[in-house]
Amino acid sequence: MPEKDTLLLEVRNLKKYFNLRSGFFYSKSSSSVKAVDDISFFIKKGETFGLVGESGCGKSTTARLILRLIKPTSGIINYKGSDLVRLKNSQMLKYRKEIQIIFQDPYASLSPRMTIGDIVNEPLEIHKVGNKNSRLKRIKEYLKTVGLNPEHINRYPHEFSGGQRQRVGIARALVLQPELIICDEPVSALDVSVQAQILNLMLDLQNEFNLTYLFIAHDLSVVKYVSNRIGVMYLGKIVEVAPSEELYVNPLHPYTMGLLSAIPIPDPELERKRQRIILPGDVPSPINPPSGCRFHPRCPNAQDICSKEEPVLKNYNKDGKEHLAACFFAGKPI
Amino acid sequence: MADNNNTLLDIKDLRTYFYTDAGVVKAVDGVSFDLKKGETLGIVGETGSGKSITALTILGLIAIPPGKIVSGYIDFDGQDLLKLKQKQLQKYRGNRISMIFQDPMTSLNPVFTIGNQLMEAILAHQKITKKQAYDKALELLDMVGMPDIRKRMKSYPHEFSGGMRQRAMIAMAIANSPSILIADEPTTALDVTIQAQILELVEELKNKTDSSVILITHDLGVIAKYAERVLVMYAGKPVEFANVNDIFYKPYHPYTMGLIGSVSKLNEEKKERLKPIKGTPPSLIDLPEGCTFAPRCRFALDSCRLSYPPNIEIEHGHFVSCFRSKEFYSGSLSRL
Amino acid sequence: MFPIKEEKNKQPIDDSDLGNIIEESITEENKFDKKYSKSSLYKDAWRRLVRNKLAMIGLAIVIIMALIALLAPYIAPYDPTYREKTASQQGPSASHWFGTDILGRDIFSRVLYGTQISMLVGVIAVAISLAIGLFLGAISGFFSGIPDAIIMRIADIFFAFPYILGAIAIMTILGPGVLNIFIAIGLLGWASVARLFRSSILSIKEKEYIEAARALGASNSRIIMKHILPNSFAPLIVYSTMNVGTAIIVEAALSFLGLGVQPPTPSWGKMLSESLNYINSAPWLMFFPGLAILITVLGFVLLGDGLRDALDPKLKR
Repeated sequence: MPEKDTLLLEVRNLKKYFNLRSGFFYSKSSSSVKAVDDISFFIKKGETFGLVGESGCGKSTTARLILRLIKPTSGIINYKGSDLVRLKNSQMLKYRKEIQIIFQDPYASLSPRMTIGDIVNEPLEIHKVGNKNSRLKRIKEYLKTVGLNPEHINRYPHEFSGGQRQRVGIARALVLQPELIICDEPVSALDVSVQAQILNLMLDLQNEFNLTYLFIAHDLSVVKYVSNRIGVMYLGKIVEVAPSEELYVNPLHPYTMGLLSAIPIPDPELERKRQRIILPGDVPSPINPPSGCRFHPRCPNAQDICSKEEPVLKNYNKDGKEHLAACFFAGKPI
Repeated sequence: MADNNNTLLDIKDLRTYFYTDAGVVKAVDGVSFDLKKGETLGIVGETGSGKSITALTILGLIAIPPGKIVSGYIDFDGQDLLKLKQKQLQKYRGNRISMIFQDPMTSLNPVFTIGNQLMEAILAHQKITKKQAYDKALELLDMVGMPDIRKRMKSYPHEFSGGMRQRAMIAMAIANSPSILIADEPTTALDVTIQAQILELVEELKNKTDSSVILITHDLGVIAKYAERVLVMYAGKPVEFANVNDIFYKPYHPYTMGLIGSVSKLNEEKKERLKPIKGTPPSLIDLPEGCTFAPRCRFALDSCRLSYPPNIEIEHGHFVSCFRSKEFYSGSLSRL
Repeated sequence: MFPIKEEKNKQPIDDSDLGNIIEESITEENKFDKKYSKSSLYKDAWRRLVRNKLAMIGLAIVIIMALIALLAPYIAPYDPTYREKTASQQGPSASHWFGTDILGRDIFSRVLYGTQISMLVGVIAVAISLAIGLFLGAISGFFSGIPDAIIMRIADIFFAFPYILGAIAIMTILGPGVLNIFIAIGLLGWASVARLFRSSILSIKEKEYIEAARALGASNSRIIMKHILPNSFAPLIVYSTMNVGTAIIVEAALSFLGLGVQPPTPSWGKMLSESLNYINSAPWLMFFPGLAILITVLGFVLLGDGLRDALDPKLKR
């Protein structure tokens, strides 16, 4: 696609510190959680950028920052040349039409008191698109697009299965004809056989509508299936960014290596031959992250420098493509 | 199937139904399998496939009513567990057969320390002094790779991370050196890197104590890595049972094929499109006529909707319930 | 780029007035409504409620009591204040089903008329606490921080007060009378309503569908009107139903203590206190009003219990 090189979204030095509250009469802030700590990445038009990481790594916070559901502590979110961070709420409304989100939990993300027609209608209503008749027509069309029966427009979410409800969520995200869709763990609550349906649907929709995805998940095999490029997050930091093939074949950061190795491949012969790297220890709390490189307490390659200095993202690819890693010993096998 | 004296557990035609206001839920409907000494048997299936209820039935943990065990036997060391009274069953449960649950937060008691709960688990089945139980508890925590064990004995479950809690659960489960360890989605609630730690630990303990493991999961990768034989369940029924290689490379049931086609493989170089199973799993109250998988099956014939296919042994040790399995076997029907 | 061309996209529906948008959405709903039959959560809840026998008994009691209250003038055999001098303290008989009191008044008629006061107090007092509680609870739930802290600390003070004692205190200040009972009971009930509404708002605020609406650019008022309110009513309906029962008991207690309804207006509580001296010689004086209170309160509690089960989607399979 010719458009592929156009930059759609660029995040620079994004930070979000949450204040922990405590207080007697009412809450006062004391310490803070560095949920997202100085991350930068970009997404080109028409591509899928995957963000992968374990719980508490800040991937969902990043999604909410881009949507301005929460306010960043600092940083720039450049969408088509406008810094979303600095926009007023009224100015932001225009971009809300173009940036949509699909949530993880198809049970919690649809209001139980609204019909699926109302749910898909809501974005149209908020952005005052068309009149009642044209909206009704459009809702039905989009329900059909995502593989639902338009006749079911007056049914309530609880009458649908998890996969179908996720389709409703996709229709809601799609109905305003957005450019960028942020997918926050869109399949992790679904059964295996249904996951594949939704993933394929999302890929088809991307082709059909020339969508750009920011795909957030903890399951690296799912992320790899849908993404062109992948960013790996650990404790609020991006530790590695690479094209998805490259990331699997040639991981540079020890955390990525451990993560890849931790996922068993559904192929018994291969699994028996595979060498496994088991990362020791727990994911530390983001309230009090380790000094230096945040991964060093779990890293088999860690040296003195790792606990003292914080490594920055550097490009390790020679032939023009980008393969970033933040490690003093990037590429060293473990 | 129980001809082999290597068999530890033999289950035949197990049916666990629940009688609810809305109708009869056939949660487990005709499950048969055997478990050999020292093996890891995987049970794989989606939500509502009956894999967890099967485990709970083995342990006698089904609430009756609304549940009822309609038929079958569970032969463990020559004793039919279904014939035992709750009191007699307690001698087995947590002692010779124990279980690791999915969510350690809800299966550990929040008001007692880990040490307390561990010692209780030990003292319930072993006639030893409290001091000995304490030492044994320390030893167990050390075995499951818990750091700082003396301090940890005095900690409460909420002071632990998810992975540590699961380790404590495992310590409790192996406290009485059980012959069978049932792990019901032991890592679903955990992060990927922690998941690997826990599964490796279970595998290591299994080898160390020479026990057998029933590993219940929806994750085909986990099955491929750890299971020796695999039971595939769909809507309460066992659809295929074979050794792990046959399940992955030579499946005879279209549901098994569908599951394998639904998961993306990390190692795949070219992006091959996933082949999902159409539709959604049926409600157990309102099951389709005939083969319950027929409405979602791409090989289904009209005749598949008339009756449920019998469970046949298509190859030695490879059981399947599908009318068309013989065609897959002879090669007249392609799996693709 | 997209297969579906924007149809008259640029044509605004209305001015940006929020009220219109909400109204608009309601008519939109109605339009859907006409085309297909809706199976809403409330309809489901009603189906579950009908299946629940105890709840149906409760509902029947509540309806019968409401009818008695409305029709008391027509079905009561005597004027409740009429003193039949020849028939003082008579036991139940064919002419006086529940007997007569010391002044020769027909207990049956007085119990029927007493329903009016009890039902009125129950409904109006609860309505008052709902009005205050919803308003303050909403402020508290939506705007955290200082307003929330102030409202909740005041609510705590109300909670620290024993209900009856609080009612007595207020009645002593306001003086006896039906109107003041409404006010006293209503004032005391608001704190529970506010707390309940606040907690239900707080839990719904965290739900993903609220985030979804926010991500779409929905305004605060839209989120409150379309998402939070419809989803937070269920516990309030249950609570209010149960609370009608409590209000009836408090009214009875206040009247018993002479702080409530003044004679000769018949009130169950007052009837109980009047019968106190004759507990041995004329037990029916106490028995029938007591039974009326018991049945009515039981009716509301059973109905409330049934509603809770019916409205809880978690019990739905």
